[in-house]
Amino acid sequence: MKFAIVVFPGSNCDHDAYYATKHVLGADAEFVWHKELGLQGADVVILPGGFSYGDYLRTGSIARFSPVMASVMAFAEAGGPVLGICNGFQILLETGLLPGGMLYNRSVKFQCEQVYVRVEELETPFTCTATPGQVLRIPIAHGEGNYFAPPDELDLLEANRQVVFRYCDVEGAVVDAANPNGSARGIAGLCNKQRNVVALMPHPERACESAMGSADGLVVFESAIAQLKSDGMVLPG
Amino acid sequence: MVTINSKTLDHHGLSREEYQKILEILGREPSPTEIGIFSVMWSEHCSYKSSRIHLRTLPTTGARVVQGPGENAGAVDVGDGLVAVFKIESHNHPSFIEPYQGAATGVGGIIRDIFTMGARPIALLNSLRFGSLNDAKTRGILEGVVAGIGGYGNSIGIPTVGGEILFEDTYKGNPLVNVFCLGLAQAGKLVMGEASGAGNPVYYVGAKTGRDGIHGATMASAEFDEQSSEKRPAVQVGDPFMEKLLLEACLELMQTNALVGIQDMGAAGLTCSTSEMGSRGGVGIDIDVTRVPQRESGMTPYEIMLSESQERMLMVVHRGREAEVERIFKKWDLHAVSIGVVTDDGQLRVREGDSVVAEIPNGKLADEAPCYNRPTEIPGYLEQVRHLDLEALPVLPAAESALLKLLGSLAVTSKHWVYRQYDHMVRTNTIAPAGMGAGVVRLKGTDRALAISVDGNGRHCYLDPHLGAMLAVAEAARNVACAGALPIGATNCLNFGNPERPEIMWQFARAVEGIGEACRALELPITGGNVSFYNETDGQAIYPTPVLGVVGVIENASSVLNRVFPSSQSAILLLGGGSGVLGGSEYLKTVCGQVAGSLAPLSLDSERRLQQLLVELAAAGLIQSAHDCSDGGLAVALAECCFDSGGAGADLMMPDDASGGRTDVAEASILFGEAPSRVLVSIAESDFGIVRKKVEIAGVPIAAQGQTGGDRITISLAGRKVLDLSVADAEAAWRQGMERFFVNRAA
Amino acid sequence: MKARVFVTLKESVFDPQGQTIADALHTMDYDRVRNVRQGKYFELELDVETVDDARALANEVADRLLANPVIESYRIDVEDETIGVSK
Repeated sequence: MKFAIVVFPGSNCDHDAYYATKHVLGADAEFVWHKELGLQGADVVILPGGFSYGDYLRTGSIARFSPVMASVMAFAEAGGPVLGICNGFQILLETGLLPGGMLYNRSVKFQCEQVYVRVEELETPFTCTATPGQVLRIPIAHGEGNYFAPPDELDLLEANRQVVFRYCDVEGAVVDAANPNGSARGIAGLCNKQRNVVALMPHPERACESAMGSADGLVVFESAIAQLKSDGMVLPG
Repeated sequence: MVTINSKTLDHHGLSREEYQKILEILGREPSPTEIGIFSVMWSEHCSYKSSRIHLRTLPTTGARVVQGPGENAGAVDVGDGLVAVFKIESHNHPSFIEPYQGAATGVGGIIRDIFTMGARPIALLNSLRFGSLNDAKTRGILEGVVAGIGGYGNSIGIPTVGGEILFEDTYKGNPLVNVFCLGLAQAGKLVMGEASGAGNPVYYVGAKTGRDGIHGATMASAEFDEQSSEKRPAVQVGDPFMEKLLLEACLELMQTNALVGIQDMGAAGLTCSTSEMGSRGGVGIDIDVTRVPQRESGMTPYEIMLSESQERMLMVVHRGREAEVERIFKKWDLHAVSIGVVTDDGQLRVREGDSVVAEIPNGKLADEAPCYNRPTEIPGYLEQVRHLDLEALPVLPAAESALLKLLGSLAVTSKHWVYRQYDHMVRTNTIAPAGMGAGVVRLKGTDRALAISVDGNGRHCYLDPHLGAMLAVAEAARNVACAGALPIGATNCLNFGNPERPEIMWQFARAVEGIGEACRALELPITGGNVSFYNETDGQAIYPTPVLGVVGVIENASSVLNRVFPSSQSAILLLGGGSGVLGGSEYLKTVCGQVAGSLAPLSLDSERRLQQLLVELAAAGLIQSAHDCSDGGLAVALAECCFDSGGAGADLMMPDDASGGRTDVAEASILFGEAPSRVLVSIAESDFGIVRKKVEIAGVPIAAQGQTGGDRITISLAGRKVLDLSVADAEAAWRQGMERFFVNRAA
Repeated sequence: MKARVFVTLKESVFDPQGQTIADALHTMDYDRVRNVRQGKYFELELDVETVDDARALANEVADRLLANPVIESYRIDVEDETIGVSK
């Protein structure tokens, strides 16, 4: 059971994802430098948060062309579980593995704060041990997390049950006041149609210990471990 | 050869006497490049020529001090084989010219100072001063500065875990941006900015050199090159992405032993880094400017040596290890270029291809830098502003409305609008919620945590520079102690006006004395810092503003405290016996519109006993929260303890302080008067007895007692209720004090 | 009347974004892209009658708000729908 954490130049939550998976959860974890061409036999790939290439041009736009991304794409297409967190979400949007794009937060400011998200779908490798409608307290830290997609695309996402996380209030109600950045339909996280690629703007790796203010993010990583254990998945790559 | 005339000297900020000294050192007339080098190395910024004589009096040693002043940053031992490397620096003037980039490059500069020491930066804090937000331009400056600090720190991935912001009209044309950074290194593995070993190559790595930041005061005169000076923008642009690469590559390089020494090219760029590295090691450095990577064409040696382009490092590496060094930088898409060599002749030699354009004895450039004992004189304003006739104040408002006004004032209000824009959690070490006291980061792999606070109050120092500076030391250390941490080291950033004016120099000298006195008493060595003079607009100096950064260590991270009262019913104690005074207080400024009076005195002995007691009680798990009484006095502090608690209230009872005179003035003094060495703590009812005993043994007075609970904030004097306000109303006023200036788009 | 405002960093101000994009293009083997400077582009719809008024107004707002004269410079194109683009 091994997590590969891809390190792009400018990634800065790579160490946090590593610490959460390796030291908090006790799983195997390894950094994979973006110039590498393989994924070191990993079972799960994490594209961590940060400012790959300084977020210059567009968030995620340059990292998407890193050599390792060919392997990530192949891994994803073969059904391997891939988790994009924050900048990792933005990179996955640029690859086209996930639809839509990110606009500036409607505050037009970077925002770092605790938010609540509701787990909308359990049928993904990163939510399978959550309870239906479970409310997680997880921080966000981004300037461009205002998810945008055209209405028909949004309808399609809903129809395919691809909306995995939505911003909500402490009770789990999806209301505009609880939407920190103006994301369409309160979308905080998505999966692809095959359901193995999941991405979210909030940082579950920052919410894995009560000392950090919340351990609600654990469920995301625990799910990945549980899923791999239970279905003895045949691993690609 | 250019003839040096008086205009040239003025342009370079060099005096006749300084020029004479240059002639003696060189035994000839300096070249244009040499005059440039001398001018920046002997500038106030690099040479500390006006401040050195005073800074020498500060305590800089102690059992835990691993590195004192003189290197890129100071360092203290924090246990478990780790040292904390930290420093605070100002970037005031650039932040006024271009708020975003000025603040951003300030953050970038201090981060480089930390990682060049071999430490991984893990925490940033800042101390900011602005004019009133009623002024649109000031709002723009604040927005730019905050965005710039966030833009750089967030991108590079170092959390901004705390800080302070104060507002006074005096900073309107001269905001202060002081940035603090702390990093962690293995004990015994610090890297120094020292060159050694003749024949070792000198490497340049990082961003290319452009004409940016060649300082106005040292800008070349028309005789040198009129055209090129027109092209020089004064503003540097920061590139946090480049710095992130430099940070990772340098830390990786430091894991090898290929590196001899390293220094960042900050102020005075290549000049300062080459000459300082050479003089520290007692060696010469010989470089060729044509090998320096350049962003613009046609740059002269003068410009290359004086450029302050950001994100550049100078390194000396062991001969024979070049390929290894170059390979590590290449991995990070950086290009390390050899630009010269270490020599044993002690000369800073600058070549442009085949010709030598500067040759200066390194040691003399540093050691014979001017040092002035500038005249001091008590400022005329002091006598007038210290006079305060409390009996002559207009009728004071009811306590509730005064409290609401103070809570909504810029000094006291929640700074959520600001810190929400900073990533304060990245690296998952931040164990104190933002905005609740000192910044606290745990040290992974150990049980420990570090608490950090930056504090200063210019208004206090305006009224009394000596006491004001002592209060800044005491408050920063007290805030750290309130988190449960033992204060172990300090750094200072001294922001003052023009040192050539005797009244300013008097403020400076008195403030440094105060810092020294307080640091000695509290056993807090100053391991480094920064002086920023010439903070003036139209001949009007800012309030003298020394800012102290104090670092403390918590043995067990799980015992960290913050200001918030627990939701369960608890007892409250006000520790410390001093009674608040209105002189120089936030109340007097905000409610009465006056800046006047004498500050409450500070007993360093009481302060020290209070701080030791707090650390002891916190370590034993006997207190649930602790909060310093600062701006706005006791009533504000009590209210703040109730905020973020979910609306739980508090009731505090005090004996009546029958002082005679006007009752409203007496009550305002008790509720809102300010005095040092006072802390509100909450304790479980069951621990009340044991805590009382420990407090008694420590010799710390208990000035008031109370309980948490209910949904109101109340204070009684000898059984008579003098303050009664709902937590909800108080918290609403406190939350909106800053945000109301920025209601624009939906958030 | 329409005006287009192109804001770029002044020539000798360092452009980290442009440099990073250029580097990325070079690693993607676009060696013939020698340099990149990044900027901002604005479209202004103006209630004015003449091209000169449009230019003056666009200049003013560019000076006061759209560009930061400390580090940025700008260029303005005015488009009169009846006669096309006036540079």
